[in-house]
Amino acid sequence: MAKVVYQGRSYERRDDETVLRCLLRNDVRAPYSCESGACQSCTMQATKGVIPSNAQEDLKETQKVLGYFKPCVCKPKGDLEVVALDDAHQQKQQLTVVEKSFLNDEILRLRLSCDESFKYHAGQFINLFKEDLIRSYSLASLPDSDRTLELHIKRVPLGVVSHWLCDDVQVGDQLSVAGPMGECFYHETGREEGLLAVGTGSGLAPLWGIVRDALTHGFDKPIILCHGGMTPELLYYVDELRLLEKRYGNFNYYPCVSGIDENALPADISWGFPNDVAFALQPDLVKWQLFLCGHPEMVINAKRKAFLQGVALQDIHADPFLPASPPA
Amino acid sequence: MSQSVYEKIGGDAAVNAAVDLFYRKVLADDRINGFFDGTDMEKQAAKQKAFLTMALGGPNNYTGADMRKGHAHLVEKGLNDAHFDAVMEHLGATLKELGVPDDLIGEAAAIAESTRNDVLGK
Repeated sequence: MAKVVYQGRSYERRDDETVLRCLLRNDVRAPYSCESGACQSCTMQATKGVIPSNAQEDLKETQKVLGYFKPCVCKPKGDLEVVALDDAHQQKQQLTVVEKSFLNDEILRLRLSCDESFKYHAGQFINLFKEDLIRSYSLASLPDSDRTLELHIKRVPLGVVSHWLCDDVQVGDQLSVAGPMGECFYHETGREEGLLAVGTGSGLAPLWGIVRDALTHGFDKPIILCHGGMTPELLYYVDELRLLEKRYGNFNYYPCVSGIDENALPADISWGFPNDVAFALQPDLVKWQLFLCGHPEMVINAKRKAFLQGVALQDIHADPFLPASPPA
Repeated sequence: MSQSVYEKIGGDAAVNAAVDLFYRKVLADDRINGFFDGTDMEKQAAKQKAFLTMALGGPNNYTGADMRKGHAHLVEKGLNDAHFDAVMEHLGATLKELGVPDDLIGEAAAIAESTRNDVLGK
């Protein structure tokens, strides 16, 4: 009999039993609904063991890479260690702040020390703790070449954690973080015709990682990045992205500004919201992979629009930066 | 026992082909798309797949009580027969677009129709 280890506890699984049935028989309270592999309500993450391919069918490629699977149709050959999605990677560790600099008036860049044991995909996020408060920040760094974790922190009006990071935290301080998490990252499937990255504000952080990740891994089809801010001063990494554009012929960068008069903008900045600029530049997005990060309304609208225009949901990676719920 | 529509049209792969088509029609329809505001699109698409699998007579474990419970919050928001009819329309159109023969579409429609009272909380 093979074992299922769930949240650290071991259960004997009968040969003909699915992972879900085994857990339910042992009174584990796991969510589920259709029990036929369709609704994905019961999705879990395997941390050790071999997942049969049918248990990952029609999950996103990025989810497969992370070991997500459907326990209701999963009968593994051997032992399997699994965790609930909400609890995955919640173990905290202490990382040291090694650099602190402001990218513009509202965005702080923090670099944290990390050793090679911290494995992540460019574009994933970490949770950062200040006592009981938890905030999620995307990783802008590249796991292969950057020796630190890079975070872009937007100073949120009345935001307790962002103000603390911007004003009080110093180089040398230790921060408590958990992760990485999230499914918004680049994973080449060989089918895609191009990559479209759209972000607002600090939504550039994951995109800065994702775009460089694709380029450094030799992705040679078109990559378009549209980054938006209300004013030109709120854009950042403009020079770095223009350099990247010069270096890679297949990469095009469009800084976009929506909050000032069109005629007052320099010719090399596009006017409008970055999602509108992007859809106008590339109306046919079928078989493209999309990365949408930042303002929740932009992300949700762009996702819906792209889907209705024919992009498969599998190919849309969205990371809406939801505000923290106000303290009770 | 005779084969289900699900088996006749090619099982899981056929449902996968149908789900995006179907969900696009539903989301583009102003009569009903308001019910989907604020929902997670991936989770919704997965639910649409579960619905299609069931309507086609494929493997599922849904009971009338599940249908009732799952739609109660929508009934509170005014979900009614006209909305159900709209979804039935999209189900038929999706299967037609995929070249499913009319008699099999009829079978699927009959299964979907059988959930009407539970979905609408009647």
